[in-house]
Amino acid sequence: MTDLTKLTIAEARKGLKDKDYTSLELTEAFLSNIEEANKQLNAYVAVTADKAREMAKASDAKLASGDGGVLEGIPLGIKDLFATKGVHTQACSHILDSFKPAYESTVTSNLWADGAVMLGKLNMDEFAMGSSNETSYYGDVINPWRKKNSNQDLVPGGSSGGSATAVAARLCMGATATDTGGSIRQPAAFTGTVGIKPTYGRCSRWGIVAFASSLDQAGPIAHTVRDSAILLKSMASIDPKDTTSVDIEVPDYEAAIGKSVKGLKIGIPAEYRMDGMPDEIEELWQQGIAWLKDAGAEIVEISMPHTKYALPAYYIVAPAEASSNLARYDGVRYGLRVPGKDIVEMYENTRAEGFGDEVKRRVLIGTYVLSAGYYDAYYLKAQKVRTLIKRDFDLAWANGVDAILTPATPSAAFGVADQDLHADPVKMYLNDIFTVTVNMAGLPGISVPAGLDKEGLPLGLQLIGKPFDEATLFQVGQVIEDAAGSFEPEQWWG
Amino acid sequence: MSVDTDTVKRVARLARIKVSEEDATRMTGELNTILGFVEQLDEVNIDGVEPLTSVVEQSMKKRTDGITDGNKADDITLNAPASEDHFFMVPKVVE
Repeated sequence: MTDLTKLTIAEARKGLKDKDYTSLELTEAFLSNIEEANKQLNAYVAVTADKAREMAKASDAKLASGDGGVLEGIPLGIKDLFATKGVHTQACSHILDSFKPAYESTVTSNLWADGAVMLGKLNMDEFAMGSSNETSYYGDVINPWRKKNSNQDLVPGGSSGGSATAVAARLCMGATATDTGGSIRQPAAFTGTVGIKPTYGRCSRWGIVAFASSLDQAGPIAHTVRDSAILLKSMASIDPKDTTSVDIEVPDYEAAIGKSVKGLKIGIPAEYRMDGMPDEIEELWQQGIAWLKDAGAEIVEISMPHTKYALPAYYIVAPAEASSNLARYDGVRYGLRVPGKDIVEMYENTRAEGFGDEVKRRVLIGTYVLSAGYYDAYYLKAQKVRTLIKRDFDLAWANGVDAILTPATPSAAFGVADQDLHADPVKMYLNDIFTVTVNMAGLPGISVPAGLDKEGLPLGLQLIGKPFDEATLFQVGQVIEDAAGSFEPEQWWG
Repeated sequence: MSVDTDTVKRVARLARIKVSEEDATRMTGELNTILGFVEQLDEVNIDGVEPLTSVVEQSMKKRTDGITDGNKADDITLNAPASEDHFFMVPKVVE
């Protein structure tokens, strides 16, 4: 029998329907891969094997009677940021020790309603703050990819590093992830997988542990453009529980796949060419342009003059919102409590021990920029710059641009415990330089694997779309995927 | 703008995070690196620009002012580190 874990969601959907195999067989195959790999890759922080088998059996019953949902029997991994009823939900932070919610997030509820099977909860940077998955309380996630002739451990990117590693190493068919500044697209690019952050308001944020509420969005990481379209269709919804959820019906994204891109206008923003960017990234970008041109798209040079200010503005807005959101972790209502001589010392001790260094840094920056006398100089200014960043995009759309093509990241995956990156927090932040603009403007962005660098590591291209036009990203993304092919790491683990 | 160690300690106090002298010194350097980085926003002309308050043009959704949820005291105190009879227990705050 073929290795069931090598199937795409689209293939498995057909195989399950045709009764070539059962969901329980599929689920067991993934559980056995997890068992073999997780010690080395550390992608899962909780494996819900019994629950997975139970859900798979229920799916098999539905499939047998012919009334399965669109994801019936498909085993998925869930980022630890999503509330899952009665199951480990700790944002990979010490401060949420033993937290098990009594409710289910809207996004995961949607997936289960469509028949998906939960394999477990995936590792991530603490509270989704990080670009290398090295800030998790549960330890580093390891990228299944290695450089040619090297056994150095590489990071999978972050914050959805567990999601990206689990998909790339065949420890689930697809995974949920979230993206505040690049946390879906950067890890997807580092692991040769597809990741899409939809338009702000497309997926409900209800039941997702909040980091920066005006930027956070959920989305999938999967093997193919089609699989990511299938997952997003299920995850997205109109949700009365989230007032920022937008009242637009979720379209059938798969219908866009395979449509010709002839005549589509693809914008190439000169400002995404950064000083010191490796030649390989520039070459990859040119290759992407050539592929789309060959497929009949019209390539236009565009200018987005405020691009370089997106990252500094983000490092005001995101920490400010985080410092407010994380105020709720006080040792009273849930999670860790460290005693003190009075209630204030109890708060201070709990938060000192419960938060890791990166989270503390961001809470302090956020508290400082919001403190009396500094609000105008920092937060208000950043929100004004944000208006200008959004205006750059609005102008491109007004000029008839259908989608924008950029590199996804300024480099391929780097080593675990890279000294240079750890000595200077800003250097680590620069990983998100091409992705963060999209969050600041609330737009959809997809990262599609486009090639390998000279050391054999995957690189991704990013497509940015108009608000609620994810369909065009899937349409154009498929053209890149068809031209580039797919990429599989050589198995060294297990 | 940059911060000194006393400011970092004051901000940490506002954020209710205990920091040691050593932490405060280390964090002062880190925070100044970040504040130095965001300083490039000073180059941008923001005269007459409105701050962005929502990325999506949609007026705030409203619902009827009615009770939609409740009677879940068990659920609400389920994860509390210390609770008794549906109350969260904290160290004494009033003498």
